[in-house]
Amino acid sequence: MIRELTIISGKGGCGKTTIASSFASLARNHVIVDADVDAADMHILLQPEIRRKEVFHGLNIARKNDDLCINCGKCYENCRYGAFDPDNTLHPEKCEGCAVCELVCPVNAIRMVERTAGEAYISDTRFGPLVHARLHAGEEATGKLVALVRERAREVAEEKGKDLIIIDGPPGTGCTVIASLTGVHLVLVIIEPTLSGIHDAERVLDVADHFHIPAVACINKFDINLENTRKIEDFCRERGVEIVGRIPYDETATRAMMSERTVVEFSDGALSGKLREIWEKVEERLKGIGG
Amino acid sequence: MKITVASGKGGTGKTTIAVNLALSVEDAMLIDCDVEGPNSHIFFKEPMVKLKDVSIPTPRFDLDICTYCGKCSDFCQYNAISVVQDKLLFFEELCHGCGGCRIICPVNAISEEEHIIGTIEKGGEEELPLYHGRLNIGEPFGVPIIRELKGLAGERPITIFDSPPGTACPAVETMRDVDFCILVTEPTPFGLHDLKLSVDVIREIGTPFGVIVNRDGIGDDRVESYCERENIPLLARIPNDLEIARLYSEGIPMVKGIPRYEEMFRELFERIRGLVR
Ligand code: SF4
Ligand code: SF4
Repeated sequence: MIRELTIISGKGGCGKTTIASSFASLARNHVIVDADVDAADMHILLQPEIRRKEVFHGLNIARKNDDLCINCGKCYENCRYGAFDPDNTLHPEKCEGCAVCELVCPVNAIRMVERTAGEAYISDTRFGPLVHARLHAGEEATGKLVALVRERAREVAEEKGKDLIIIDGPPGTGCTVIASLTGVHLVLVIIEPTLSGIHDAERVLDVADHFHIPAVACINKFDINLENTRKIEDFCRERGVEIVGRIPYDETATRAMMSERTVVEFSDGALSGKLREIWEKVEERLKGIGG
Repeated sequence: MKITVASGKGGTGKTTIAVNLALSVEDAMLIDCDVEGPNSHIFFKEPMVKLKDVSIPTPRFDLDICTYCGKCSDFCQYNAISVVQDKLLFFEELCHGCGGCRIICPVNAISEEEHIIGTIEKGGEEELPLYHGRLNIGEPFGVPIIRELKGLAGERPITIFDSPPGTACPAVETMRDVDFCILVTEPTPFGLHDLKLSVDVIREIGTPFGVIVNRDGIGDDRVESYCERENIPLLARIPNDLEIARLYSEGIPMVKGIPRYEEMFRELFERIRGLVR
């Protein structure tokens, strides 16, 4: 059975990739996924060698042939995204790809055309296969790209007999988060003891609940505000979310990042020991789930 | 004047800068467009009060009329409808509310109803009104809320927008049609990488922009050299100050906790004003 673990935080910049990359270097027999397709940073630490590349087609986009257009105004009237001016000029950057204009145009002046919205990669790293992606600027369908990298990761896992997929998730609660959570076996929420960190963590735990995904939590830099740490522990207890670890503030994390390595590779110090301990707990928890 | 504060990745201090800039200039309002995780309100005492719901029109199917021809399902670009034999399933959370299915249905079996995806709330303080939006849990697309939020600008002469992180459509929506965009980053490999992505996007949109380095001192000068090479104005450097981090964790704006920073934000604003002209 292939188990999937998503590491998420609700907000960015709280050490999620630091923790995920360390897990990637501790786990065995796994595939790594960078699902933060909007700001993918995992490759900076893992220096992947790309083995397979594929084009990601997002939604189609409207293209208008002004020679055919009779200025009937139907596209302008029916588009709900403001992609047409009242004089029927098309602004492709506002097109959401719904194809209503193509449907209503009486003279076929509008066609929906395919476009490249990004690329997905399957790579090798010193810690095993990494599936990652790059979304082109300003693209929609980010959730679809996350779904695509997860699908590729499952294929790679099957092909190579791997039994674990570790997913570094995106910030927020929208389509990318939903796509990186649905159907996984466990979600690990990284929480920073700041008011905004707490606020965002609660929202992301709500998303996990909404999709019935079991969650555990880890408090990062717990000692920067002990009162907030206590608050986190309280609401996690209330929600039945186990806290698998409390990580102290430690500059080793930044130093490892500056040298473009994972924390456990970079040093054998206290922080690495802590991460190891947490990983063992998460692994244990994963083993207990399903099959 | 409209200024957007954005960043390629979350957690770089975007909200801190938006809030403190707004607090440091007169006649400003703040609009937090990060509808998946609005945080600006944490820095204000007054609770946010609901202003309105945001909804999109989504289809309702009259199955007594439906012939299960499947045309709506074939049309929908977002796979929100599935018709198999005599079963029609509608996945409301995938629907973008484009209205196409209603147009294409040959027997008029489809009508529309408003589906609430989130809310807009108001708060802040007397001198600084704050608006933010909240995307409901389980809803995937926040852009309609951001569009409504952007429409609220203009109540005061200066509007500061706090953008969602990243470079996908919600962020682009916030960086578009404004006078200036501040990109916040950190002096690290992650920071530089994500900054480059943001620069690509903002150049494509065409909004004038500059960079603020936050937590200056934790890394090296790679961001600075990049900005120099690319001719990007470096607007300010905010030191990696434990006192700032502590205030932040408690929800106190740094200009209130450490008044000397107010001067810095005022200078920042003047600098931007100069660049816009
Ligand atoms: S309104 Fe548009 S997006 Fe929604 S179900 Fe109909 S065709 Fe699909
Ligand atoms: S297009 Fe109309 S008749 Fe055909 S399946 Fe859809 S709702 Fe039913």
